[in-house]
Amino acid sequence: MSTSIIEVEGLEHQYGDFKAVNGISFTVGKGEIFSFLGPNGAGKSTAINILITLLKLQKGEACIAGYDVRTEAEKVRESIGIVFQEVTLDRDMTVWEILEFHGRLYGMTRPDRKERIAEILELVKLGGQKDMLVKKLSGGMKRRLEIGRGLMTRPIVLFLDEPTIGLDPQTRMRMWDYIRTVNDEGTTIFLTTHYMDEADNLSDRINIIDHGKIIASGKPWELKNELGQDLVYLETSDNPRARSIITDLVSISGVSDKGKGILITTNDDGTKILPLIIEEIRNSGISVITVNLKKPSMDDVFVHFTGRELRDDKPGKSPATFRRR
Amino acid sequence: MVNYGFMTIYWRDMIRFVRFKTLLISSLIQPALWMAFFGIAMSASFDRLGASIPPIPGVPEVQYLTFMAAGVIAMTTLFTSLFGGIVLLFDKNWGLMREIMASPLPRDHIIFGIALSGMTKSFIQVMIVMIFGLLIGVSFFAGYTIAHTVVALLGIMLFVGMFSIGFLFFSAAISISMDTPEGLQGIITLLSMPIFFASNALYPVSAFPPVLQAISTVNPLSQLVNGVRYFAIGDNFTTMGIHYVYTPADILLSFTVLGIFAISMFGVAWWRFKSAVVT
Ligand SMILES: Nc1ncnc2c1ncn2[C@@H]1O[C@H](COP(=O)(O)OP(=O)(O)OP(=O)(O)O)[C@@H](O)[C@H]1O
Ligand SMILES: [Mg+2]
Repeated sequence: MSTSIIEVEGLEHQYGDFKAVNGISFTVGKGEIFSFLGPNGAGKSTAINILITLLKLQKGEACIAGYDVRTEAEKVRESIGIVFQEVTLDRDMTVWEILEFHGRLYGMTRPDRKERIAEILELVKLGGQKDMLVKKLSGGMKRRLEIGRGLMTRPIVLFLDEPTIGLDPQTRMRMWDYIRTVNDEGTTIFLTTHYMDEADNLSDRINIIDHGKIIASGKPWELKNELGQDLVYLETSDNPRARSIITDLVSISGVSDKGKGILITTNDDGTKILPLIIEEIRNSGISVITVNLKKPSMDDVFVHFTGRELRDDKPGKSPATFRRR
Repeated sequence: MVNYGFMTIYWRDMIRFVRFKTLLISSLIQPALWMAFFGIAMSASFDRLGASIPPIPGVPEVQYLTFMAAGVIAMTTLFTSLFGGIVLLFDKNWGLMREIMASPLPRDHIIFGIALSGMTKSFIQVMIVMIFGLLIGVSFFAGYTIAHTVVALLGIMLFVGMFSIGFLFFSAAISISMDTPEGLQGIITLLSMPIFFASNALYPVSAFPPVLQAISTVNPLSQLVNGVRYFAIGDNFTTMGIHYVYTPADILLSFTVLGIFAISMFGVAWWRFKSAVVT
């Protein structure tokens, strides 16, 4: 991570009067898996579209693989691979044709294409579907094909916009393994997601992005540590009063409402603090209904930084997991 | 490295052309149908009209069907080329264009690739119209030697190619600027009617009012028709009592007009593509 592959400074983008990206700065080191985690409409795709030169750079500076996004767009394009958020496969072409077309677009030579297509088909396990029309592939196969296509030209940076959207849990896991493999081979990865577990599992560094701004950034464990060591969730017969009682206890760094109960962040071992908490509450004549002790998850991190109530955000449920406020 | 990037676009478009069988077949049958119904129906009445006028001695007389065949060739090329860019619009709407726009392929190669495949389709259609026409009695290349016929064919293809490429550039320019196929269809319908009717494709221009005559003389479609008639019928003939004489200078001028048209349309397309944002 000594050299940086992506450098972005003060990036802004406006659609009409609406600022979709509002002053973003970051650097991505060589070989990193770097992610943007944010709800729908946060500005993730917009930021990616600027970096991959599909949108004009309106304000700020951006450099990819040493090339200026503003003035050396063609060089940037040669250095990157892209997997778009929406499917961009021609349904009426075969798997082989999709890859052949892509290789040609990027000016690969015929022997080079032949070799690479064979490798990619092997990698994404689509060798058996080589001559199948895209419209006959399953969603997961299509996504694999797109990721394979993004890798075909051996890019220095691979941009993945919501790579596992709409995939079943098993396929997602395999996708993650696959993305890690690609990363191990030296490809720097820029990924956007609104799945907590995906960001947590894959990223070397996470940036929580909301309303066009990066509001928190760090390694997954660093972000979680900001919330203290353990989280205690309590439901009591009188939450507001319980809250005011607990706030003053030692080793407690914060209390907030969550759902039907309250969420307590601690900065010491939760197993030792929990009995004290319960005792204090009981002594005030409030009964404790439910208790839960856990390590902070990415979900908690997200709530902490965005101040937003989280919904269950597992794949397979409603894709519109977040709502804009 | 010489960049043949446009061949990539060409290759893909041709794959689609042969893959969609119904589209392929209808695009091949349609011009033949025009030729058959329109030609046979109209030629009977027009020929009766011309029969009353005494022929000019030494000048070959050409039947209306033959005269009109050149018009059908031109018309087929016009429609195919005007719609040739629509694939770009579909690509854009289906999100497929993003892959191309984000690739290192220079944007003018997209324009060239689409123009080349549109031109190929026109060539195929024109061949079909001619073969079918000859079968139903169009007397193209009458009395030509084989060498003369080959030259004539090349001449026709040169005109068809130059004409179609101009309208394909135009079509590409509109397609990349529009959001819906309906919008494109509207513009094309609006334009194709005057282009078609204010031309010498089906009727002698001399019957037109002066304004229409003036439009018809600069109309690219008329230039194409001139070229096709010159190469397929000859430089001196009568039809329906009207005497047609083409000098090589006339034909060169027609070709030049088509060339200028194509270059300007490329300019328009280039401008539209440069400012196109596809996300
Ligand atoms: N072409 C456009 N014109 C106007 N507004 C747009 C356009 N594209 C995006 N926006 C707006 O910009 C904001 C950011 O959109 P963007 O697609 O970047 O979000 P995102 O973080 O990728 O969201 P998602 O998770 O839903 O993909 C949204 O409020 C969206 O409505
Ligand atoms: Mg997005």
